[in-house]
This record gives sequence, C-alpha cells and structure tokens, in this order.
Amino acid sequence: MSRVEVRFAALLHTYTRGARTVRTAGDTLGGVLDALDRRFPGIRFRLVDEQDRLRRHVRVFLNGVDARDMTTALQDGDKLYIVGALSGG
Amino acid sequence: MPRTSARKPSAARGLMLLVATRKGAFVIRADAARERFRVEGPHFLGHVIHHVVLDPRDGKTMLAAARTGHLGPTVFRSDDFGKSWKEAARPPQFPKATDGAKARAVEHVFWLTPGHASEPGVWFAGTSPQGLFRSDDGGRSWDGVTGFNDHPLYGKWAGGEQDGTPDGPTTHSVLVDPRDARRMYLGLSGGGVFVSDDRGGQWRPLNRGSRADFFPDPLPEYGQDPHCVALHPLRPDRLYQQNHCGIYRLDLPDETWVRIGDNMPGDVGDIGFPIVLHPRDPDTAWVFPMDGSDVWPRVSPGGKPAVYVTRDAGARWKRLDRGLPRAQAWFTVKRQAFCADAFDPVGLYFGTTSGALWASTDEGANWACIVPHLPEIYAVEAAMP
Repeated sequence: MSRVEVRFAALLHTYTRGARTVRTAGDTLGGVLDALDRRFPGIRFRLVDEQDRLRRHVRVFLNGVDARDMTTALQDGDKLYIVGALSGG
Repeated sequence: MPRTSARKPSAARGLMLLVATRKGAFVIRADAARERFRVEGPHFLGHVIHHVVLDPRDGKTMLAAARTGHLGPTVFRSDDFGKSWKEAARPPQFPKATDGAKARAVEHVFWLTPGHASEPGVWFAGTSPQGLFRSDDGGRSWDGVTGFNDHPLYGKWAGGEQDGTPDGPTTHSVLVDPRDARRMYLGLSGGGVFVSDDRGGQWRPLNRGSRADFFPDPLPEYGQDPHCVALHPLRPDRLYQQNHCGIYRLDLPDETWVRIGDNMPGDVGDIGFPIVLHPRDPDTAWVFPMDGSDVWPRVSPGGKPAVYVTRDAGARWKRLDRGLPRAQAWFTVKRQAFCADAFDPVGLYFGTTSGALWASTDEGANWACIVPHLPEIYAVEAAMP
C-alpha cells in the first residue's frame, strides 16, 4: 500500500487527539480515510457522509489539487491536506 | 417525557434547563425557589445544537443532538451532567444507497426522545431529512427504524425539499405512549402526524381534520405541517398540536383533530411553533403565537410577544404577557424552545430566536428574562436529575 502523509486543519484536532500530521497507508482516498478511522474512531463520518460523499464544507487536497472521489488513487509520498471550507455566519 | 408528580417549589433544587442554541449548549441551574439561575457552558461552542435531553429514567444520562460545524451530524452523550461528553460510536445515518435507490444522508439530528420507562437505554432520534432512528444502548449507537425510513409511502409522506422547513424536511415530536411502548407518534414537517402500534414497524397517517391550506385539497390524508405535537402523560389518548394551519386537539379513539385555535383572538391568530402541556391537567396548554399572515414573518404578532393559555382544553384562551416586552419585540419561539417543569405551580420557560431565556414560576401569569444574551435558541428542556 502507498505510504502517504495526511495533514489536518484545526477543526479536526479534537478527533486526531491533537495530531496535526500523521503518516498512514492506503491505495485510494477512501482507503486512507478507512485507515484514519481505525486510528481515530469516528473521523471518517465527520469527513464523508453515509453515501461516501465528502461533506459539503470539507475539502481534501492531494498534493495541492482538490480531490473528491473516494476512488482517487494514491502513490507513495503523496500528501493529503484535509480542511474545512470557510463558510457560516 | 415530563415527570408528573407535583413537587412544591421548595423542592426545586436541582432543576436544570437544558438550552440548545445555534452556537452551542448551555445548562441553566435554578435555585430551590426558581428565583436565581446560574449559567453553565457553553458546551460545544460553535456547534449547532438542536436538542439536549436528560433521561428521566436514570436521571443522569444526557444526549445532545449536534451538527458539528462543518463536520456533519452526530449525537453526544454525558453521564455527569455535561462535565464530559462522548460522541456516539455510530451516529444516526441512512444505509448506503443501492443502485436506483435515493441516496439519503442525515443533514442534522433534530429531535431526541427517551424511550418507554420499561425500556431503559432506548432512545429515538428524528432527523433532517426525515428519518427515525433508534438506540438500544443509551445513545452510543443508532439504527434506522426501517418501518418508517423504508416505508413504501415514505416518499409521498415526507415529500420533497420544497415540503420541508427552511432548515430542511424534519422529523420531530417523537412520542411514546407511557401506557404502551408499542404505541408511538411522530410529526413530519411537512408530512403530518403518523402513528404506530408496533414500535415503529408499521405507520399510518393521523391527520383527519387538520388543515393543509397550502394544498389544493386543504384536508388531505397526509401532507400537513404539524409544528409540534404533544401527548398528555396522564391522559395519553389526548394529543395537542400546534400546526402550520392552527391549533388542534385530538381525543382518541375519535381520530379527528378539532381546531381549538379557532377560539383564539382573531387579531392574534393560531399560528406558532410550540405547544406545552400542563404536567397534571390535561385541559391546560400554553402556546406562543407568531405572525403567520401574508408572507409569514414568523415574529411576535405586532411586535408584542405573549403566551396564551387554555384551561378548558381549548374552548377559551387567555393572554399572558405580564413582564414581557410591551412593543417592538420581534422574536419568536421555536417548536422545541418552550417547556414546563413539574412543580406546583408549574414553571414555564421559553427561549427566543434572539437568544433570550424567559421564565415564569406561576404558570405564565408573570414573566422575567433570566438569561438575556445567548445565541439563537433552538430548544429548552426542563430536567430534574
């Protein structure tokens, strides 16, 4: 499986127990989210809904490019950045 | 579910008001005389909290329905009165859609109801879009009630986006008959009132007599918009509802709603969100009217907020506004934001869309603002540990 680095925006730090960046493994975006959920229970459902759609205000950047499809393939050394879009009032 | 034993005010020590707001939750603790109130919180600051409920069966478990900012819907659980919270391991969620099925995703958990007294640990949750969920382990994990969520007529009953509230189609007023855990009711906005006699396995509409003036046929089998439905704990065959189209009472086995709001003053009307029942007197109910004229401003009529009470099951209504602003007060009270305690005399509490919490310790005769500057209030529950 591909080894990737995942960086989290502040709104996820309560789920990552304060970790800002972790290394994990997965061949797809969905696979990485599954791995993260095993490590940080509940985090996957905070990022994608029950239909495997990224939540409306969540964005995932793969090496700086917006990625929304759970089947997006990953390579060794890829960097993911998970953020909450600026919105609200 | 309200407690029904009368307690004197001197025994009010421990009364808590559980306040859910657009920006978090607050616990308001009352002194024994219900004269002083201490604010604890915020809990979940910045999260949208739709409902916080204390389990009357154990007097300590609290659940909070949350939409965690950008991170979707969930339920939190506390067994130490909010000192600490733990998120549900499996929050309410629809099953993954199969090919051809509509892909539903819970947008927010709107309503929480403890189950029957004989079933400790059972809770129900109503969601937007419309869904009914059940937990058998005190809110730690949730499963869909398929008898409703997958009912062949779900699509017709629940309608589409255009049939929902501005915050989306909503399942609310999940009621369990205190005599029989199998008998349940729920309200759909929009969709109407529905009843089950087998713990949610089968459902049928219960809307005869209640109006849906926004349809060509104003008396359809379903499609109404019951804003809030309440069942009297000592006379469970009596239900009241504050509907989008009036105030109604139902006395089973007659399944026809009677529009008791016709007896409200004409210049005030009978539109509003909440309805609150007296914990011991099935003939007494309180409402908080709002302006449902023209484009539906949904504010206090004329900018003069007032509670109205009936003491005779809706035959007559009396205005209760002593202590409330006399003019230029343009708030309203949402469907979960008005409640009663179980003391004698009954205490009443409502939270406004402008973030003020009001209280009356004499059944509505006099009102005082007890917390002035909270975020927009979505729900208020009176709880006794």
